[in-house]
Amino acid sequence: MKHPYLRYLRPENVPTVFCPGCGIGIVMKALFQAFDELGYETLEEFVFVSGIGCSAWIPSPHILADSVHTLHGRAIPVATGIKLVKPDLNVLVIGGDGDIAGIGGNHLLHAARRNMDLMVIMINNQVYGMTGGQLAPTTPYGMKTTTTPYGNPEEPMDTCDIVASAGANYVARWTVGHYLQLKDAFKKAMEKQGFRFVEAVSQCPSRVSSRIGLSPADHIKYYLRNSVDIRKAEELLPEERMEKIIVGEYVDRNKPGYLEKIKMVMRR
Amino acid sequence: MNTIGKQVRLGLNGDEAVAYAAYHADVDVISAYPITPQTIIVERLSEFVYNGELDAEFIAVESEHSALSAAVGASLAGARTFTATASQGLALMYEILYIASSLRTSIVMALGNRAFSAPINIHCSHDDAYAARDAGWIQFFAENVQEAYDLTLIAFKVSEDKKVLFPSIVNLDGFILTHSVEPLTIFEDKKEIKEFLPDREAVNKIDPSNPITYGPLALPDYYMEIKKQQAEAFNSTPARIKEVFSEYEEFSGRSYSPLKKLYVDDADIVFVVLGSTAGTMRTMVKKWRKNGEKVGVLSLTLYRPFPSREVAEALKDVDTIVVMDRSYSFGSPGGQLYMDVAAALNKYGRYNRLINAIYGLGGRDFTPEMAEDMLHATKDPSIREIWVGVRG
Ligand SMILES: Cc1ncc(C[n+]2csc(CCOP(=O)(O)OP(=O)(O)O)c2C)c(N)n1
Ligand code: SF4
Ligand SMILES: [Mg+2]
Repeated sequence: MKHPYLRYLRPENVPTVFCPGCGIGIVMKALFQAFDELGYETLEEFVFVSGIGCSAWIPSPHILADSVHTLHGRAIPVATGIKLVKPDLNVLVIGGDGDIAGIGGNHLLHAARRNMDLMVIMINNQVYGMTGGQLAPTTPYGMKTTTTPYGNPEEPMDTCDIVASAGANYVARWTVGHYLQLKDAFKKAMEKQGFRFVEAVSQCPSRVSSRIGLSPADHIKYYLRNSVDIRKAEELLPEERMEKIIVGEYVDRNKPGYLEKIKMVMRR
Repeated sequence: MNTIGKQVRLGLNGDEAVAYAAYHADVDVISAYPITPQTIIVERLSEFVYNGELDAEFIAVESEHSALSAAVGASLAGARTFTATASQGLALMYEILYIASSLRTSIVMALGNRAFSAPINIHCSHDDAYAARDAGWIQFFAENVQEAYDLTLIAFKVSEDKKVLFPSIVNLDGFILTHSVEPLTIFEDKKEIKEFLPDREAVNKIDPSNPITYGPLALPDYYMEIKKQQAEAFNSTPARIKEVFSEYEEFSGRSYSPLKKLYVDDADIVFVVLGSTAGTMRTMVKKWRKNGEKVGVLSLTLYRPFPSREVAEALKDVDTIVVMDRSYSFGSPGGQLYMDVAAALNKYGRYNRLINAIYGLGGRDFTPEMAEDMLHATKDPSIREIWVGVRG
């Protein structure tokens, strides 16, 4: 019997290109389960847009739907263009932390501010994975990467915090160890208007886990152990907070999305 | 001055060789963003910095736009400044390319030549080098790993020279050179080359006690004069570049010149080429010579400023010139190098028969059979452009 989620995949590209043990596979499965539970038989109503990076490879070449593989960092503006012309389609951006928060960070900020009707999934493996595991803006303080061989001297950004304060309708972070919560966040985000951002903290066995001496499974356990629910995060001191992964829903609100706001202006 | 720096023989890939050159140049600031096939350069440099071997600032910026912007600031502040990129990274730097040259910075950039998207490709084309050709950067092309090392050191000396003050790009073919390990000779240590490349003495550097403004407004009343001065200054750099080539030879024993010629002087057919393919063509031409074909190769180590007079002089009596472009200039009369060669010949009153050969795009292997196809094409007088090694 065929696996039911294979209906969302291009058969010629299975198995995927990802390294064994990569968290990207878990994110894909959670996304497919979200489609399935929401009753999507096909992905005709979706357009996927991605930039460059391992995470950006989820849609192209794997997902059986229309997809645009754009430049490193530029998925959000391209998705914005698509959404404005095809407002009935669900436009979904998938990319890595380097792609979405690093080189494309300015687009992220402004799409969130505009509450643009897009859903963005950011897979945060804390490095530029595809190019070999270099320092990214999301790399934890002190972590070793190929460009910080003795540890990262910089403080990372909390992308969820920034996107939430910029004005997005929905913002959540889960690790791949929080599989069900991640899947539910995808479902919720998919059905909302405005800007929706889900960050999935995910292990990169080839460039990170192996460097810090963890197996993929231990890396997931490490994420779980180090996670703190957002409702308890306020109790943490700033230094403690820096070492933890804050998980949960940062915001869930129903402000009018950009398309709705445009209509309101037009009516005037 | 006649002392030759102490050197060692070892095996490195092109990226590592460039990293060693920047290390031996004792750079002060490195700002870069990772991109294949350049990444190894900055990874190695970050190791030198964090090991404490190289006293430099390493800035892991958030994009190439920021990488070059930070490099501009560092260079204006008087630092010896290095960056490296490829393909889309160079494209994202485009806006700052002109700023870097027009503010007369001395940045050195290694460019691991790679094709532009779309479709996505990480292998060699010369799209990125060509995209920067009009921006006022001096450009060198390395043919092998040794040259990538040497030209990087040379580039620092040239760019920082008071008679030059223009940034430089050192091109090395993506993967073919960046990732291939070759034997080469490098200086034993940075002190061996210090006399050739002493600490930078910046001209007009940012200095609060002597405030100056870089890049303010110049409207139609002045802009054109400024550009003409810039053009004159840029076009006069080859004289100094040639001197630096000879000074470097005294230190290293390795000689460089803007052009490299093999059997060009009595040739009926000459192939003009950039980068690593020059070596392939030299092997082929030697083979063809044995069969009585009067063929030659001309390759350019200095691509910008384009050595027009030398190229025209070298090619003036050649019947057929095959200009090889590892890129395509859509809608132009020919590929980018083809247009340069045609214009250079025309400038000196020559109208030889030119064929444009488009080869190796996106890393397509350039094989001896493809070289044979080019030679074959020269026998058909109707052929003006060929795409070698392409299906359909
Ligand atoms: C303008 C530009 N700069 C650099 C690159 C090289 N590049 C490709 S993927 C990548 C990093 C990807 O990191 P991330 O977005 O975190 O995705 P991951 O591979 O970690 O999933 C980089 C720097 C590029 N393609 N384009
Ligand atoms: S490099 Fe890392 S992120 Fe990319 S596929 Fe491999 S494990 Fe996954
Ligand atoms: Mg990443």
